[in-house]
Amino acid sequence: MTEMVYGAIPKRDGEPVLPRWWRTIDKWSLSCILLLFGVGILLGLAASPPLAEKNGLPTFYYIQRQAFFGVMALIAMIATTMMDPKMVRRLAVVGFAITFVALLLLPFIGTDFGKGAVRWFSFGFASVQPSEFLKPAFVVVSAWLMSASQDLDGPPGKLYSFALALIIVMLLAMQPDFGQAALILFSWAVMYFVAGAPLTLLVSLAVGVVMFGTVAYNNSEHFARRIDGFLSAEVDPRTQIGYATNAIQEGGFFGVGVGEGQVKWSLPDAHTDFIIAVAAEEYGLVLVLAIIALYGTIVVRSLSRLMRERDPFIRLAGTGLACAFGVQAMINMGVAVRLLPAKGMTLPFVSYGGSSVIASGIAVGMLLAFTRNRPQGEIGDILIRRGR
Amino acid sequence: MSIRTPLRPLARILDARNKGENPDAIERENLRLRHEDMRDKSRQRAEGRLLVLGLCFTVAFGTIGARMGFMANAEPAEPRSAAIGTPILAQRADIVDRNGRVLATNLITNALYAQPMQMIDPEHCADELVKIFPDLNRDRLIKDFTGTRKFLWIKKKLSPEQMQAVHDIGDPGLLFGPREMRLYPNGKLAAHILGGASFGREGVASAEVIGVAGVERAFDDYLRDPANADQPLQLSIDLTAQSTAREVLAGGMAIMGAKGATSILMDLHSGEVVSMVSLPDFDPNNRPRPLTAGHAADSPLFNRAVQGVYELGSTFKIFAAAQAMELGVAGPDTLIDTQPPFRWGKFSIGEFDGHSYGPTATLTKVIEVSSNVGTAHVAQMIGVERQQEFLKSLGFFEATPVELIEASTGKPLLPKNWSELSTLTISYGHGLSASPLHLATAYSSLLNGGTRVAPTLIKHSGPVEVGPRVVSQEVSALSRMMLRRVVTEGTASFGDVKGYSVAGKTGTADKPKENGGGYYDDKVIATFASVFPSNDPKYVLIVTLDEPQIMGAGQLRRTAGWTAVPVAAEIIHRVAPLLGLRPDIESASLDGVTLSASN
Repeated sequence: MTEMVYGAIPKRDGEPVLPRWWRTIDKWSLSCILLLFGVGILLGLAASPPLAEKNGLPTFYYIQRQAFFGVMALIAMIATTMMDPKMVRRLAVVGFAITFVALLLLPFIGTDFGKGAVRWFSFGFASVQPSEFLKPAFVVVSAWLMSASQDLDGPPGKLYSFALALIIVMLLAMQPDFGQAALILFSWAVMYFVAGAPLTLLVSLAVGVVMFGTVAYNNSEHFARRIDGFLSAEVDPRTQIGYATNAIQEGGFFGVGVGEGQVKWSLPDAHTDFIIAVAAEEYGLVLVLAIIALYGTIVVRSLSRLMRERDPFIRLAGTGLACAFGVQAMINMGVAVRLLPAKGMTLPFVSYGGSSVIASGIAVGMLLAFTRNRPQGEIGDILIRRGR
Repeated sequence: MSIRTPLRPLARILDARNKGENPDAIERENLRLRHEDMRDKSRQRAEGRLLVLGLCFTVAFGTIGARMGFMANAEPAEPRSAAIGTPILAQRADIVDRNGRVLATNLITNALYAQPMQMIDPEHCADELVKIFPDLNRDRLIKDFTGTRKFLWIKKKLSPEQMQAVHDIGDPGLLFGPREMRLYPNGKLAAHILGGASFGREGVASAEVIGVAGVERAFDDYLRDPANADQPLQLSIDLTAQSTAREVLAGGMAIMGAKGATSILMDLHSGEVVSMVSLPDFDPNNRPRPLTAGHAADSPLFNRAVQGVYELGSTFKIFAAAQAMELGVAGPDTLIDTQPPFRWGKFSIGEFDGHSYGPTATLTKVIEVSSNVGTAHVAQMIGVERQQEFLKSLGFFEATPVELIEASTGKPLLPKNWSELSTLTISYGHGLSASPLHLATAYSSLLNGGTRVAPTLIKHSGPVEVGPRVVSQEVSALSRMMLRRVVTEGTASFGDVKGYSVAGKTGTADKPKENGGGYYDDKVIATFASVFPSNDPKYVLIVTLDEPQIMGAGQLRRTAGWTAVPVAAEIIHRVAPLLGLRPDIESASLDGVTLSASN
């Protein structure tokens, strides 16, 4: 009784939500993401006025939209990070079901915006690309299946998830959207690798790819010409790649100056696929390296936090999300510097695009939710071992 | 543990059963432990693989960053806003004459190109451009500017005024590419020697200048080598002599109504070409297009001095005379049968216009009056093989080695089947075609004291190397004496330039018909091959006129004595002082000697 009277702390069931969130979240990655978002707005200011002008809209129309969607994305991201892994999984499974159906419906009620590939649902004020949302949901669902297969007498989850991946890849290839298809396949492969793909399979796969490449290069003139054209130093200055290359060279180390860039006037995709060229031209190598460092930090830090993770589901899902995020950024920038053949892929958070930025927000939110500090049961382990 | 695990639970289960406990709990515990163990292993494996993934990402991002760095460091291919001031350095070496006067140099200019994507008002641009450049087609420009093209060249070279006018259009889609162009400040002078240059690979920031003809092409590698940018190529040409020769030759060509003319002035000791003119000529700043049809010789690009091979007529007679003296089969005073006609099989050889120079004449007289019959007799004494050998030693068997890209096309035409008849006709200059430069080289070799020279367009820097001997000193001097007699007494009397003791030989050859089968009787190639001063020879001058004719002494004249000789005399009269030759006012002693010797 005395204790009740004299300043006893009222018992609380756990810590309040926000302080716990702040204590456990990966603050480095979170800061990097917020910085990327800022860079996106900055580059949007440079890259989208020409587009607005072309479409007869107010100069800052696209920036306002970008800022609006960006705030939405941030809210979605924060909300997602606050969920615990089980909640995230449930959200992802439901989301997967919805987006998968949406993907199936695309050929019937989707639009192609005159770009030749039916990828979008148009809602008048905005358009949604279901494959953007499907991607993180697929990663989480696959991770769940794979981790389930690691249980004794669990289901053959790896096989199921592979079948799922193949179906989605097929659907995406039909649109056609080979970029997203490759990304889906890649995230599945990375998760399978971490989940314990047999080494013999990996080695034989690598040998097979090298052999196929050699044979194709030697026997198919078409293939050889494509590769040679890609490898050659010469670049036609009148192609998108040529403009991008030129913009990077123009920019040099410190750029030509804010608003002085020219490439945004020549490149139709300056605000999406070639945003990095705009960055390189106006702000120079300095900003480009900073952007690369931001992406690198997010990916590498997330992976290193996942190395400590004991729950196989969380580990796999986090790996898939982090790698998909990193590879998407890498492909986008690799195209601009001609390390990779041209492929339409946005730079997460930086490129313009409503549904893309919200989907990225959700995906990264999931990732941050998975990389939060949580008890890893080391002491329990030790006790168990002692007990034997 | 993995070995022992299955054993112990069984014992425990049996134990538990004995005690009446439920064995399922032990079974579950066992399962949990195995599961735990499996998870541990998979976690360790995952840890390693995640590390590998992290490294891969680091490397990949690093590669992209490095690549960005390299690209940012590189020179942009198309300067737009930032790098207008990229300097273009004078890279192609200049070409100068023997006194250092500029024959070819570089000029900074700009090319005009368009980026239609950036163009604001294509129609206005096209209108204004057509005003500045009337040769452009307005409809074509509008089509290009409004079509899908993203880049096009409009003009390769702009004058500063034109550039300003384009500037004043003020359209951001019209852009300038700085570059160097080759400039020939002397215009048509020495056009065939210099040849010309054009743009090779063209970029927006600069363009490659490559030689297309003449020494520009022959010395392209030297001229393009950046190491030689400060070392101009010095030719043997003398600009003043070249200018004078061209002026006189052009005048003579106009007066005589010739369709072409060429002159070569050569330093006979070194083989350096001091002046070489071929008319009609062209402006190397604006090279005409090569002919696609018809005869190459009809194009002004054709270098008659080097590429044109002609039957050079009686100018060849001195070779027969010199060889006869060298071989000892005849001396200057040996009497030669000159009774026309000379019959050989069913052919007969007569003199020009049916003349006759009496039954016999001395060798000197044969040259002086240009007797075909006499020369043929001399050639017969020499014989086929010795004549071939001698002409070969004078360079008549192959293209001249002069440093022009066109030289290799000036191959002499030799008889396919060199019979004795060929020897007879070749001795007076028919049946063998050679370029005027061949003749200049042969005259130089024969008359400079008898040593072979090689024609060159490059100024000699050191002392002249003496070539292989073709005739003795004495024969060389005697040949000059005979040629001097041609001027003082014979067919080239118009060629006597006071104070310069000109010696030389005329040659008038009927032109062969183009489609074969005989010769024209009203079209000739008139040549005067001369050397001056004859007592101390310095230069050889060859003048060749293509189809000249002039009214002289009441009748139409075509012979070299009436056409080529006066032109050559005028050239010598004007050029010799320019070359620093002192006129010999006192009568040359050699003249006296030759006169007394022949009398």
